[in-house]
Order: sequence, then C-alpha cells, then structure tokens
Amino acid sequence: MEAGTDLASAVVLLLNFVVVPGLAYGSQLALGALGITLVFGILRFANFAHGDTMAFGTMITILVTWWLQSQGVNLGPLPTALLALPAGILLTIALLVITDKTVYRYYRHHKAVPVTFMIASMGVMFMTNGIVRFVIGPNDQRFLDGERFIIRARDFKTMTGLSEGLSIKLSQGLTIVIAIVLVALLFWFLQKTRMGKAMRAYSDNEDLALLSGVDPDKVVLVTWIITAILATIAGTLYGLDKSFKPFTYLQLLLPMFAAAIVGGIGNPIGAIVGGYVIAFSEVVVTYAYKKVFVYLLPVSMEPDGLLQLLSTDYKFAVSFVILVLVLLVRPTGIMRGKLL
Amino acid sequence: MSFLSGENLVGGYGGADILKGCSIDVNAGEIAVIVGPNGAGKSTAMKALLGMLDLRQGEVRFRGKDISGLTPQDRIAEGIAFVPQTSNVFTSMTVYENLEMGAFLRDDDISATIEQIYELFPILAEKSNQLAGELSGGQRQQVAVGRALMSQPEVLMLDEPTAGVSPIVMDELFDRILEVRQTGVAVLMVEQNARQALQIADRGFVLVVGENRHTDTGAALLANPEVRRSFLGG
Repeated sequence: MEAGTDLASAVVLLLNFVVVPGLAYGSQLALGALGITLVFGILRFANFAHGDTMAFGTMITILVTWWLQSQGVNLGPLPTALLALPAGILLTIALLVITDKTVYRYYRHHKAVPVTFMIASMGVMFMTNGIVRFVIGPNDQRFLDGERFIIRARDFKTMTGLSEGLSIKLSQGLTIVIAIVLVALLFWFLQKTRMGKAMRAYSDNEDLALLSGVDPDKVVLVTWIITAILATIAGTLYGLDKSFKPFTYLQLLLPMFAAAIVGGIGNPIGAIVGGYVIAFSEVVVTYAYKKVFVYLLPVSMEPDGLLQLLSTDYKFAVSFVILVLVLLVRPTGIMRGKLL
Repeated sequence: MSFLSGENLVGGYGGADILKGCSIDVNAGEIAVIVGPNGAGKSTAMKALLGMLDLRQGEVRFRGKDISGLTPQDRIAEGIAFVPQTSNVFTSMTVYENLEMGAFLRDDDISATIEQIYELFPILAEKSNQLAGELSGGQRQQVAVGRALMSQPEVLMLDEPTAGVSPIVMDELFDRILEVRQTGVAVLMVEQNARQALQIADRGFVLVVGENRHTDTGAALLANPEVRRSFLGG
C-alpha cells in the first residue's frame, strides 16, 4: 500500500471514532452545561436535578413519539421525536415552574444560602428520577426511527477507495446542527433582547438590577423556561444518539457539571467550550489507537497492545481529573466564570 | 415644603436602631450633603429614604406624598435614582449596556438621554463598547452616575461617590454633579470628603450617632467654628 492512502486511512479512522463522536457528545454536554450554568449564574445555586430534568423531558418526548408512531405519523427520514419535542419541552417547563413555586421560591424568599438550594435540588433530583422510573421504567428505551445514517462506512469506502470507512449517523449530524442553532438563538436572546439583558444584569449584580427596575420573578421564570428547553433538547438528542435509560442521565450530571466548571461556571461561552473539552478528553483517552499506528508505522514497528490509555469503564474519571486540574491551575475556569 | 424629605427617622437593619430621629430633606435644583464621623448613620439615612430598611418611626415624603410604604423598586419608578457606594456598575456589560439598564423602566426612545449623558461624561462616549469592569475607578463612577441618570430621575442619591478616587477625579466628579444640579435634579449625597462636599452643597446635614447635630447651608457649616473643629479638622 502507498504511504498516502495509509495516512488518509489513519485520518479517516480518527475522524470516525474520535472527531465525529466527540463533536456529537460535546454538543450534548454543552447544551446540558448551558442549563446548569444559567441556573448557577442567575438563581445562584448548583442544580443537581438538571440530569433528571433532561430525563423527564426526554421521557415525555419518547411517550409522545410512541403515540405519534402508533398513529402512523412520521417525519420520513428524520426521527419522529423531533415532532414530539415541543410537547416534551412544554411539560418540562411545567415541571420546572411547579418545582420552583413549591420548593425553590420558599428558599429564595428566605434568602437561603446556596448550599441549602443545592441540597433542595438534590431532593428534586431524587423525586424527578422517581417519577421518570415510575412512568417509563428503569430499562433502556429506543425511540429512534427514520434514516439511520448520513454517510455509511461501506458507501464511504467504495466512494473513496480507502480501506477505512467513515460513518456519520443522522442523530450525530442532527445533534451538531441543532446545538449550533440553539446556541446562536440563546446568545442572540442574551445579547440583544430586553429580557436577555435583564437576565445578564441580574446575574452580574442582583442589587443593582433591582435598583434598575428589573422584575426578579420574571427573570426567574424565563431562566426556568430556557433551562427546560435546553435540557429537553439535550436529553432527546443524547437519547437518539445513544439510548434512553434514566440512570444514564443521572450519571451525565458529572461530565455536565465538569464542563460548566471547567469552562467557567456562570459563563455561557465557557459551558460550550467546557462541553467539548470534556467530551474530547473522554473520547481521546479511551480510544484504542492500535489501528491508527498500524497505518502510520512500518510493519516492523507494529504495536502489540491496544494502545488504549484508559478503559472506557473509567471515562467518568476523566471528567474528575480535568476538573481537579483546571481548578488547581485556574479556579475560575477557562473563560473566567464566578468563583465557586 | 421640601421635594424629598425624611422626618424624624428612627430605625435600623433589624437589630439596634441606627437612626435615632434624624431628618433629611432636599429640594429640586439643590445639592444636599450628609456628612459626619464614621458610624453616624449617614448611608443608613440615605437608604432609609430609598426604603432599604425598616423604619420604626418617621415618614418619607416625596412631592408631598407619603411614600413610606413603597418598596425601593416602586420609589425608583416614582423618580428617585440611587448610586450605591460599591458594586454600582454591571461589570460584565458594556458602558452602553449599563446606560441601557438604567433606562430599563422607560418605554420611550432613550437615545437623546444617552447623548446627554455622553455630553456630561465625554469619556463614556469614547468607551461605550468597553466592559464597565475594565474601566478605572473614576470612569466607573461616571458610568454609575450615568446609569442612574438614565431613568431621568427627579432625585439623584449618591452614596460616597468619591470614595477611593484620586483628588483630581473627585474635583471633576463634583463639577459634573454641579452640572446635574443645573438641570433641576435634586441631588442628595453622603460624603467622607466633608470639606470639599460642603463647598458645593446648598445644604448640609451633620449627623452624629443617628441624629442631626447641625443643619445649615454648606457655606454656613464651613464657617461654623464648632463644625470646623469637630468635623473638618480645624
């Protein structure tokens, strides 16, 4: 084989197993971390219920998807879940507004310290988790339909004549496109609209925002609405890309928090940067590089082992390690968020 | 009758009373200054007028109306603006956005008011797209006063506007405050730099442990030997 095609094969291999999955997973983490960072910046507490908010929104979306499928409704090549998303978002908004009215508002009026809010959010987390498992069960649920791939590995191989294929799942493409659109919308809202500016002002300096006439109840309400939209979409995209299992969403809390903190908590750009940093670190250190080096090195130097830095079982440890390293070197995070 | 007045104010932040029957008032087109030693309750008296503490006695009147029952937000909407001593700008927002936030309750076109502020503080026009958190102390104070003026208030309250700024910047800020008075706004401020503040004041209130010790025109207080000896260092 020529050196040129070997190099191309190695690049395709990395694209297929590292870059594309990393981008998709990073986008999902970024959307989740954005919700966490917004709540932290504006309501000033670490919302441990965020993973289960995602699970709740995804569950509603799945139930509506199943119902639509049973009615024979579908979106052709696109997953039916996209059609069910608005219902999931609306009910998640309802859930968050009700928990705010019944739980968080009480502590807000009593000017509770952030740690009290955090513990309260853990209660909300267990409750939401219970509801989700009670309604849909603890098992894996699949709800993906429509076209599976944008590019299939086999088609790619015949197209390019390379010995390695590149496959991009429709769910991965959708995740990246939707994440870009959502983030653009969110930034437009925060930078350009009156309400968005009020939210930034409230997050920056609560007392001065009140002195300027910002209505705190409205800011809180809009924050929960945006959080519900982000959480439901992030959860559904993750579910389409992998699968839906309530416990997995609880576990997602760690990488999402790591992303928000690494990027600089309270800073939306930081949440996005953090999402990709965490996702790529997880994928990069758990990928087995043996095949890549087989392409790149002469036969005599072929590696014996898998060249995998860390077993995939330890992928959550990666978030922890990065979190500790960043907090040691730069406690405010990459993009300078608030000090925790 | 005064434009904004607090009469016989008694109260504190929940514990012991800090104000023990002090009276403050200010008229339109006038600068009133509250001075006094540390812990005299100067800032507390101003916050009482804004409704930021619980009064046990006394009442706050604005344009002849009793506003003692209104929240700070409602008083802002009535036409009182307040510049806190610290954290008085949105550091993560641009100078322009800070001014915009000052006009948050207004529905009309704010561009003319922004032009006025830029005329008053030319440096703000130059730095309009810079983050307020990146400005120097004196420039921040100008942003803070500009933000407060954006609501087109009838009363402007300033809590130690010259704290921590250089003497040159202080003189310039006082000049600007004199210009604000020209527009018919009632200015009430608390000041550590008593001598300089009384020089521009139409009226001064010397507070000691929550009570009025002296109340007179700025010039008269500066000339008063007892005030000079006790509060102005001779």
